[in-house]
Amino acid sequence: MSSEGVDKSRRRFLTAATSVVGGVGVAFAAYPFLATWMPSAKAQSAGAPVEAGIGKMEPGQQLVVKWRGKPVWIVRRDEQMLSGLKKNEELDVLRDPMSDESIQPDYCKNEHRSIKPEYLIAIGICTHLGCSPTYRPELAPADLGPDWQGGFFCPCHGSKFDLAARVFKGVPAPTNLVIPPHKYLSDATVLIGEDDGEA
Amino acid sequence: MKKSVWIIAGLLLPVLGWASGGAMYPNDEIDVDWGDKAAMQRGAKLFVNYCMGCHSLEYMRYNRMGKDLGISDELLRENLIFTTNKNGEQTKVGEQMRINMDKEYAETAFGTAPPDLTLIARSRGTHWLYNYLRGFYVDDSRPLGVNNSVFPNVGMPHVLMGLEGLKKAVVETHKDDEGNEKAVIVGFEKISDGSMSEAEYNQAVKDLVSFLDYVGEPIKQKRKNVGIGVLVFLFIFLILAILLKKEYWKDVH
Amino acid sequence: MSNQNNLLAWIDARFPLTKMWNEHLAQYYAPKNFNFWYYFGSLALLVLVLQIVTGIFLTMQYKPYGALAFGSVEYIMRDVDWGWLIRYLHSTGASFFFIVVYLHMFRGMMYGSYQKPRELVWLFGMFIFLALMAEAFMGYLLPWGQMSYWGAQVIISLFGAIPVIGDDITLFIRGDYVISDATLNRFFALHVIAVPIILLALVVMHIIALHEVGSNNPDGVDIKKLKDENGVPLDGIPFHPYYSVKDIVGVAGFLIIFSLVVFFFPEMHGYFLEHANFVPANPFKTPEHIAPVWYFTPFYAILRAVPDKLLGVIAMFAAIVMLFLLPWFDRGKVRSIRYRSGAFKLILVIFVISFIGLGYLGALPPTVGRTWAARLFTLGYFGYFFALWFISKNENTKPVPERVTS
Repeated sequence: MSSEGVDKSRRRFLTAATSVVGGVGVAFAAYPFLATWMPSAKAQSAGAPVEAGIGKMEPGQQLVVKWRGKPVWIVRRDEQMLSGLKKNEELDVLRDPMSDESIQPDYCKNEHRSIKPEYLIAIGICTHLGCSPTYRPELAPADLGPDWQGGFFCPCHGSKFDLAARVFKGVPAPTNLVIPPHKYLSDATVLIGEDDGEA
Repeated sequence: MKKSVWIIAGLLLPVLGWASGGAMYPNDEIDVDWGDKAAMQRGAKLFVNYCMGCHSLEYMRYNRMGKDLGISDELLRENLIFTTNKNGEQTKVGEQMRINMDKEYAETAFGTAPPDLTLIARSRGTHWLYNYLRGFYVDDSRPLGVNNSVFPNVGMPHVLMGLEGLKKAVVETHKDDEGNEKAVIVGFEKISDGSMSEAEYNQAVKDLVSFLDYVGEPIKQKRKNVGIGVLVFLFIFLILAILLKKEYWKDVH
Repeated sequence: MSNQNNLLAWIDARFPLTKMWNEHLAQYYAPKNFNFWYYFGSLALLVLVLQIVTGIFLTMQYKPYGALAFGSVEYIMRDVDWGWLIRYLHSTGASFFFIVVYLHMFRGMMYGSYQKPRELVWLFGMFIFLALMAEAFMGYLLPWGQMSYWGAQVIISLFGAIPVIGDDITLFIRGDYVISDATLNRFFALHVIAVPIILLALVVMHIIALHEVGSNNPDGVDIKKLKDENGVPLDGIPFHPYYSVKDIVGVAGFLIIFSLVVFFFPEMHGYFLEHANFVPANPFKTPEHIAPVWYFTPFYAILRAVPDKLLGVIAMFAAIVMLFLLPWFDRGKVRSIRYRSGAFKLILVIFVISFIGLGYLGALPPTVGRTWAARLFTLGYFGYFFALWFISKNENTKPVPERVTS
């Protein structure tokens, strides 16, 4: 055995070439394994857009529907509730009143965070650590103070949101609640999980 | 020395022969063409209209079938989804092709519950299915008035009777290996016409079987396509590996 | 000194990394005349890794519960992205594991790799084979198809042949009066955790034992007898890089054949995935013909060849015990078939024909003729070991060379 007269550069080239091709092969082989972690057809089917009937909702009523396993709130806001939103802006208690740092479809980036001012549709998961806040529509209850215009209160860490799901200042939650993509199929039904922007 | 071994082996071969599968009638070959999406679509239509009253495809999702066979969600809803959920609403496209038939009721009606057919093409094979669906004949001794030459005394009625019409069996008496006489079906005779000619019916059955073959393993086509890519890659890798090995083994004398 | 060397020195002061690298790879001297048959050791290791990785990913989606198991396999095959590939890799890998291991064992028989001083290498290997059979058998129950169910039923019933306590043992294994959820659940635990741990430990011991005594070679000569001034065997070459680059060729060739099956014939005409296993387990209806998966058929054929239940079971287990005792059946001093007598070659050929013949017959339904053929092959199988014991005592061997031939 001897290494005399060996073409070192050829050896180095072949070693590198085999390593690179082998590495590419390993990367290709890894892809299917990682891909199995993506939501399966079953999860996608269960996460399909859901229709919600809103025709029979009373003013002030909250409806909760399940979309992709999460609670989605539908609140029918009355005139007083809508004026409460303005009040909160005047009181300057909101952290992100114009929803600049929050997640919502473009068509819901407005002061009432909805397509129709009357209806709020939001994912009921606190942007702090994922608890589901409770619906507190009453005005100025004892525990939430005299300025409370109605909204949502998260029992886990005390985050507060108004009736446009906008977060208050001085609470742990960093941003407003997320607004899911949705569209109105008619005056009485809304489809949550799909809008006209998606194919 | 080795020769004697082969002679012994050769003497043994006759006793090893494969089990004769029993002469089946009909026994025609079928070649499923995976490129023929139209045939599979026709098969799907036949399935939901004629089979899905009793047989589910419980692992097959409507929209997967739609995607693979080129049927849009709208067309699925209009033409292929006849099942409903508990509230009477049409089954969603993402759901599986289940049916609402009660298993216990089915057992009393047919003797045995109609099986789910998702994997029937993998357990029985397309050849068996193709001949089975063409093997129904009139037999008054059976409760439903028909029997099947491929699956004798099957509990299933001849669902495609309206398409094929009815036929009766031509029976001959054969002797088996032990010399016992036994009735064997060697042909069929048409006794009433259906809406299809024989050729049309054969094509319809072939479409249906093609569809079931697809349902048995929807990934089959993609699997082979991926396989070709993998093999090409591995050949390149093999060549490099051989060159590398030869290069290093120049050291070894 | 570069940073890389500093790091290595830092590690070496705390963990024998360089020492292990040298002992097992860079300064492990393997005979330079390895041939085709020497690929199967590294390939077995490759398949083991493949089975573990694909197995881990399958457990993420599989449900070891009677009512859900069959459906969860179809869920993997259809609803999980690329799940079909993981499943086919695992099911094909099981069969290829046995192909590779059988060839690896045959290599040992041909070149006398079990002979002194490699008896323990062989024994650890045989324990690996045993663990592998347990692993495969329990894994086959998990898809919960008709063959899974009835195959397990038949094999577990074998233990019922044990006098007095047999029935209690079968009850104990099943955890129920029939194969049920309880059986499925415990088989899952054993298949996924217990047996793989044992397998891995055995593989490590197999390799440590091998590296202690050194590899045999197709000439069966001891390369450690002749060393150069540095103590390196004259006919030895470092495993790395020479055999590592050679084994890569083996891996590439293997993967080509393996991929052919995975992507084009995953059922292998009912031999790797049996047709009846596409029907969910039904405790009330036995499939028309039950055959174990092909890798068990040789032993199954021996079982059926014996007309008595208990004796049949004993014969089947004895067939495996014989392999364990192979190092002591062979009393010869010459290892390789190249320098052994014609009689040895003859009995080895008969053994191979018997083994393949048994495997073939075990997959078919029995007839009178086939049962007699299976008996003849059973005789050929067992006869090998006894004939070996007789002929190896004073065998008419050819002279073994001092150095390996190339």
